[in-house]
Amino acid sequence: MKLAYWMYAGPAHIGTLRVASSFKNVHAIMHAPLGDDYFNVMRSMLERERDFTPVTASIVDRHVLARGSQEKVVDNITRKDKEERPDLIVLTPTCTSSILQEDLQNFVDRASTTSNSDVILADVNHYRVNELQAADRTLEQVVRYYLEKACRQGTLDQSLTKEPSANIIGIFTLGFHNQHDCRELKRLLQDLNIKVNKVIPEGGSVKDLQSLPKAWFNLVPYREIGLMTAIYLEKNFGMPYVSITPMGIVDTAECVRQIQKHVNNLVLNKKVDYEPYIDQQTRFVSQAAWFSRSIDCQNLTGKKAVVFGDATHAASITRILVREMGIRVSCTGTYCKHDTEWFKEQVQGFCDEILITDDHTEVGDMIARIEPSAIFGTQMERHIGKRLDIPCGVISSPVHIQNFPLGYRPFLGYEGTNQIADLIYNSFTLGMEDHLLEIFGGHDTKEVITKSLSTDTDLTWNYESQLELKKIPGFVRGKIKRNTEKFARQNNITTITVEIMYAAKEALSA
Amino acid sequence: MSNKISEILTFECETGNYHTFCPISCVAWLYQKIEDSFFLVVGTKTCGYFLQNALGVMIFAEPRYAMAELEEGDISAQLNDYKELKRLCLQIKKDRNPSVIIWIGTCTTEIIKMDLEGMAPKLENELGIPIVVARANGLDYAFTQGEDTVLAAMAHRCPEQNTLVDNKKVIQQDSTIQDFFSFLSLEKKDETTNNSSIKSKKHPPLVLFGSLPSTVASQLSSELKRQSVQVSGWLPTQRYTDLPSLGDQVYVCGVNPFLSRTATTLMRRRKCKLIGAPFPIGPDGTRAWIEKICSVFNIKTKDLEQREQQIWENLKDYLDLIRGKSVFFMGDNLLEISLARFLIRCGMIVYEIGIPYLDKRYQAAELLFLQNTCKNMGIPMPRIVEKPDNYNQIQRMRELQPDLAITGMAHANPLEARGINTKWSVEFTFAQIHGFTNARDVLELVTRPLRRNNNLENLGWNDLTKKEKQIKFN
Repeated sequence: MKLAYWMYAGPAHIGTLRVASSFKNVHAIMHAPLGDDYFNVMRSMLERERDFTPVTASIVDRHVLARGSQEKVVDNITRKDKEERPDLIVLTPTCTSSILQEDLQNFVDRASTTSNSDVILADVNHYRVNELQAADRTLEQVVRYYLEKACRQGTLDQSLTKEPSANIIGIFTLGFHNQHDCRELKRLLQDLNIKVNKVIPEGGSVKDLQSLPKAWFNLVPYREIGLMTAIYLEKNFGMPYVSITPMGIVDTAECVRQIQKHVNNLVLNKKVDYEPYIDQQTRFVSQAAWFSRSIDCQNLTGKKAVVFGDATHAASITRILVREMGIRVSCTGTYCKHDTEWFKEQVQGFCDEILITDDHTEVGDMIARIEPSAIFGTQMERHIGKRLDIPCGVISSPVHIQNFPLGYRPFLGYEGTNQIADLIYNSFTLGMEDHLLEIFGGHDTKEVITKSLSTDTDLTWNYESQLELKKIPGFVRGKIKRNTEKFARQNNITTITVEIMYAAKEALSA
Repeated sequence: MSNKISEILTFECETGNYHTFCPISCVAWLYQKIEDSFFLVVGTKTCGYFLQNALGVMIFAEPRYAMAELEEGDISAQLNDYKELKRLCLQIKKDRNPSVIIWIGTCTTEIIKMDLEGMAPKLENELGIPIVVARANGLDYAFTQGEDTVLAAMAHRCPEQNTLVDNKKVIQQDSTIQDFFSFLSLEKKDETTNNSSIKSKKHPPLVLFGSLPSTVASQLSSELKRQSVQVSGWLPTQRYTDLPSLGDQVYVCGVNPFLSRTATTLMRRRKCKLIGAPFPIGPDGTRAWIEKICSVFNIKTKDLEQREQQIWENLKDYLDLIRGKSVFFMGDNLLEISLARFLIRCGMIVYEIGIPYLDKRYQAAELLFLQNTCKNMGIPMPRIVEKPDNYNQIQRMRELQPDLAITGMAHANPLEARGINTKWSVEFTFAQIHGFTNARDVLELVTRPLRRNNNLENLGWNDLTKKEKQIKFN
């Protein structure tokens, strides 16, 4: 048993449901007790979905406990088949069904003889994998199912498209800024004259999965989901894949170069050269390269930051901070414990220390110890930041509803670099403001030191000190005044001179 | 009485394929209510993820609840349950030092038959902290019934009544002291005068059960005090250490419709006398509730009718807004019967009352009240659907096109996109809806989507689904 207050990644079935409900016309049936269908709430609330989430439960209650599900699951599958006519029904086990050890595969076999839909059992073990691993696995399972089916039926068309084309694999519901990223990736591919063959699972139809092999290569933007599918497609259909996340200027360029390599491997007559495109985008379309040279960004040099999130985002943001903006990353970490090796390799040399944990208190303690100027993390780190009074930019799931913005906010591609630059810059206290605050000892916090707001009743400021006070910029003047008076009271001084002001400032900064 | 009701009212029962919150969600409000408690939910990641998502930001305020997350070793009994729980509870004792630890059993502990009830007394002895076990699992219960299981378990921990007599003496002594200082404040003077009037009337002790925010609890107490009824205690109390005394002289009355197990426990195990009344939701419900309590104690109510009338007067602006409008309860928190009864009295038409579970005996007075309200308002009885089927309900809603659907969050946005106004039912669980004072709050919630509509109505984008998708739902 583990004492837990909060978790970064959800249980396995959430991953399966996210993949299933991302496809068009796929219905998931959970084998679960009443109340486990809160996935519908999450999707309906966070993504502000207009449609009913295609997830229902085959309820496990006392009777099921006593006698087994018997006909219930099969009935629920066939009922859903009649009501909704989905292409595919995914029977989803939960923690409950994994201990009940009912033969769910048997239900699936029986149901698929009577229903028009395809029926599969999601192959995930609640106690072995988390949400992200389960999502990766389920996507691969669905793709494999349909490709093997097409192979058997002899309908698989493996001929490549005439023009270079790509599949984008791993965009799905409740993913961090996934919708925006998808649009940005499509734009990037379009700029490179590459057609988008299929995007899966978001908005994809399982009927179209058999045309996946027609693409020239696969693009897997995120580390967490899609990789298994890409590896399956490479192994069985010889499809190459690009798994470099195009986040940040350097990595986007690297991703484009990889794409170029794969395209040139297949193109016969005219080799493509994307270097001019990369150069043009980097220097003039994306503002991030210019921004990192601008004097604004200079103020960030050497500032301490902490990064925490899923493997993809934490690794990419760490490298952007260090390589592209000159910020010092004191610690970077991820909760994707299953991907520790990869993560360490990615951030090697970019940070002082690496933290791999899924315990948010460890992350909190680390942040408190390091006291960075800014945090880049999940919603949990944002709350840690609030308690420690350190600004935080949210860069990764788990997220709240405000991380599903209506406006266009990709993290990937060249527009993504702009968004990230804004996010990073705005998270740190603005340069000039910061400078002034340092000189004048902090914001005017309206700290109450006497009962009345005006504090000049028992203290007199001599003429010189009043003049000096007036020279201080308005927004910190009150603070300076209060600090000085506090200092004076502590030292039983009744008349404040310029010297006292300086002494107060020294005492404060000491 | 229950038979008589069933004859007139018709109850349907569907498949139970409906959306509701897991009963473990009760820790969200109970840990706030019982200030010296710690709730330990013994379950899996699924339970934990539900709590963290359903309860949103509350998780960040260092809550006094946590998961004892079961791992593979616990499920396969490679680890010893008792040792594991002891280790966690010791840590909780060290970090928080609560006056009580409440173990919430979940589906998983049921399935693997973890003997929480057996382990608790042993560990309680070793630890020196009371451990209360409540099986609030999704196999047996829905949403608010979680509170019912916790309060039922807690009812066993209330002290016996004879100690109550001693307490009374102490209180009387206190009140004589108070008399000395009563000139200090008007409020105290009020209390003491009331006390003396009670002494003259003398009714048996009354304990109310149901967790309410402390302001609402004191509003209800003072409402009764106006009628010279003294509330001698609440289950639960603000602190676990102050639980009320129970015994065969004690009368008990519920404030919420979902507390049937607690009621049963109080009657059967603690020998209390249950006052079956409608629930104090809405001014009509509050009046009926008070009247019933007073009638049991042979007290004649005074100015109650005027008080109710006054509240209705104050609600006039809201009533104008909802009169004649129709409402459909999908059902998920067991407050449905009482809310429907109140809304019918407000002049609304209720098409359907979905409800997860209906205890016809515990809710008998409320059901009768509903029936009378329908008769008085001259509208047909709504259909009451137990264990509803959300899919079928949505079909019915499509035909009926209600002006308002009271529904869970899973369906709210999709229904709104189809032009049906919704109010999240969960809000009724967390808002203050009891007593005369809060009647306005209920209508504030009910009318919010309608008021929103008054602003947006003429913009012409009420249906926001793509045509092809309109066939699809659930």
